[in-house]
Amino acid sequence: MVEQLPRSKKIKTIIGEFGIAIALLAEIALFSSLSPYFFTAENILNVTLQTSIIAIIAAGMTFVILTAGIDLSVGAMVAFSGVIATSVLKLDLPFALSFPLAVVIALSIGIFSGSIAGLFVTRFNITPFIVTLSLMTIWRGASYMYTDGRPIWGFPDEFSFLGSGRVFGIPIPTIIMICVYIVAYTILKHTKFGRYVYAVGGNKEAARLAGINVNRTLLSVYIISGVLSAISGILLASRMNSGQPNAGLMYEMDVIAAVVVGGTSLFGGRGTIVGTFLGAMLIGILRNGLNLLNVGSYVQMVVLGVVILFAVLLDQMRMK
Amino acid sequence: MKRGSIKTVTSLLQMQNIRKQYPGVLALSDVNFDLRAGEVHCLLGENGAGKSTLMKVLSGAIKKDSGTILIDGKEVEFHSPADSQKAGIGMIYQDFKLVPELTVAENILLGNEPTKGKSPFVDFKKMNEIARTSLTQLGEEIPTTAIVSSLSVAQRQIVEIAKAISKKVRILAMDEPSAALTENELKNLFAVIKKLKQDSVGIIYISHRLEEIFEIGDRLTVLRDGKYIHSCNVAESDRRSLVRWMVGRELEQEYPKIELKRGEEILRIENLNAGILKDINLNVYRGEILGFSGLVGAGRSEFARVIFGADRKESGFIYLEGKEIYPKSPREAIDLGIGLLTEDRNKYGLIMQMNVRENISLSNLHDVVKGFFINRSKENSVADKFTNDLRIKTPSIEQEVENLSGGNRQKVVLARWLFTKSKLLIFDEPTVGIDVGVKYEIYNLINQLAKDGVGVIVISSDLPELLGISDRIAVMCEGKLTGVLSRSEATQEKIMTLATGGNLEATHG
Repeated sequence: MVEQLPRSKKIKTIIGEFGIAIALLAEIALFSSLSPYFFTAENILNVTLQTSIIAIIAAGMTFVILTAGIDLSVGAMVAFSGVIATSVLKLDLPFALSFPLAVVIALSIGIFSGSIAGLFVTRFNITPFIVTLSLMTIWRGASYMYTDGRPIWGFPDEFSFLGSGRVFGIPIPTIIMICVYIVAYTILKHTKFGRYVYAVGGNKEAARLAGINVNRTLLSVYIISGVLSAISGILLASRMNSGQPNAGLMYEMDVIAAVVVGGTSLFGGRGTIVGTFLGAMLIGILRNGLNLLNVGSYVQMVVLGVVILFAVLLDQMRMK
Repeated sequence: MKRGSIKTVTSLLQMQNIRKQYPGVLALSDVNFDLRAGEVHCLLGENGAGKSTLMKVLSGAIKKDSGTILIDGKEVEFHSPADSQKAGIGMIYQDFKLVPELTVAENILLGNEPTKGKSPFVDFKKMNEIARTSLTQLGEEIPTTAIVSSLSVAQRQIVEIAKAISKKVRILAMDEPSAALTENELKNLFAVIKKLKQDSVGIIYISHRLEEIFEIGDRLTVLRDGKYIHSCNVAESDRRSLVRWMVGRELEQEYPKIELKRGEEILRIENLNAGILKDINLNVYRGEILGFSGLVGAGRSEFARVIFGADRKESGFIYLEGKEIYPKSPREAIDLGIGLLTEDRNKYGLIMQMNVRENISLSNLHDVVKGFFINRSKENSVADKFTNDLRIKTPSIEQEVENLSGGNRQKVVLARWLFTKSKLLIFDEPTVGIDVGVKYEIYNLINQLAKDGVGVIVISSDLPELLGISDRIAVMCEGKLTGVLSRSEATQEKIMTLATGGNLEATHG
């Protein structure tokens, strides 16, 4: 018997699929009506700039969560890659040399951290939560050790262009974010690897018996997350024009919120990169709008929590 | 019943004109069912016939749209499973509702824990006593303090029944209780059912295995497409008419068997040792169906997993088409041309969240990739082709497999392996929980594969099935291959003798 979706379920599915987009539009409408400055090109660009760093990490986190994993080390990786990159920039080298070197080293650290996470998760079968929780404190501690707890500065001004500069009026971090999302979307939607990510998250053993190299897939997603965290670390250091050991504190929470609000299941196997992007924007716009309305940061935290709860509730409706 | 009244057969349970409409589907259309105390009433029908829906109505899990339910002639209305349980109705589902980490006694009395007086503390001594009483009633000696996860499937089922008994059920519905049981365990289950009958419990028995119905059933009712088709005494029916009522048409025979010509050797196993597998020697040929029999735990699935690279061998040799192979992962085995349709397709076969298309292409994405990217139109045409060829019933190839019935899910898995173009296909319990009509289609597909020169190994606990479709039957017992019987010499008795470690004057094929 061909099973048809009941109409009520169809409606729920639609709400589920587009719920986040609807919520985002409602949010934009609300803030536009409350603040005349909100819906201006300048402010919109501003939002994308402010959100870019969280959003870039969230793209990587989506891969990890799709495999039913989690990466808590992203915030600490932002700090560690930032302080290492900035310290390389302080070397007595021409910027043309020190900058690429800084980027390569920072990204290598991201790959290294992701590999360690992937190794412990696959070879030693330790839960991702514990592995990345450990890495989180390791990299955070390492950042403080390396800098003695003091920010690093005094490197060439050119560096700040990366985080604060614009090309054709668009902030560079925004451009990088868009590129990251296009690539991530393409990988997840149109490549074998992307398909494997969903399969491994949906049913690890069935994926293995279908001939998928589960360990390699898992290792890859943690490396992706590590690399994107490192990219964000460089961008943040550039925006702040310093390498701060306490940079990216609690970022993992915002990032996970963005992914989950975007409809990706923490149990793996379900979710989209577009959802994550919208989730990150929803949170970013909320912050921005509340700032424009002069809502204090304490209240903002409460509001954010409520919004996350309701977004997840919406997602739950889809599952039913 | 009043003394002196004429002895009539009163119905313990009557379900009259039960109707349940789902959007787009009429799941039950004026279905009638009645059950007497102390009888086993078998409920038959293909997947989607409405058996489960009817049982869900009875259990209070879903609400009927119309119709009446009478218990002892009095109308009852169930608003929740609790109402149904209070009325003395117990359900035993295929996937047991036991808490694996708790003990047997804790499970049996879950929600009804005896306490020490009025204190909140559980009286474990009393709890174990009550549990033991329930189990003894069934003639079972499972330690009440054992953790459920350490029990066998059959033992868990007994615990599940004991749990129902401890709640003093009068009506017990069993959904496919035999699916995971071996012959001996099944005998034991039937003994338990007979005890329950003596205690005047009415039993509703759902199974796809028709021979069980003739063995244990008193009466039967057949549903098809949500409609009531027929009720009669089991003694007045035969296999042929049952199948006709269920399928709605005449099936020529249950096991279509075609003459096959054995080709050259495709697989040779020499002195294979791995885990419980001891010294296996075996040949498999192109164009033949090799059945694999044995009790659960005899090592049949383990054998399949080693060939498929899912587990490692310890010693011995595997030759595929004369060349020694040593697959260290399923991927390597697949690339060599070996496919495995695992037992328990839901757990080990399918990715439930993925749709039909993605599940079909999963093992062979290589063939639909162009450069870096998956070629969607090519993938679609592959999925469309197999959906049509195998007659997979799905609204579209974009449907998540979670929403398909068991038979169609199995066809999706089969489509995946057909797409990998395997030279050797191993089917592990391919027809468990699948209805007669789809089983027939699967047998035909297996025949076709063998005819096309694929080496086919079918592992099954269903003896009539194995005897019906195999050219040769290999029998395992405790990790050893105890014999290989040709089609002409194989009988249920011989297989059971070999499967239980007995000796047989059989020629090894």
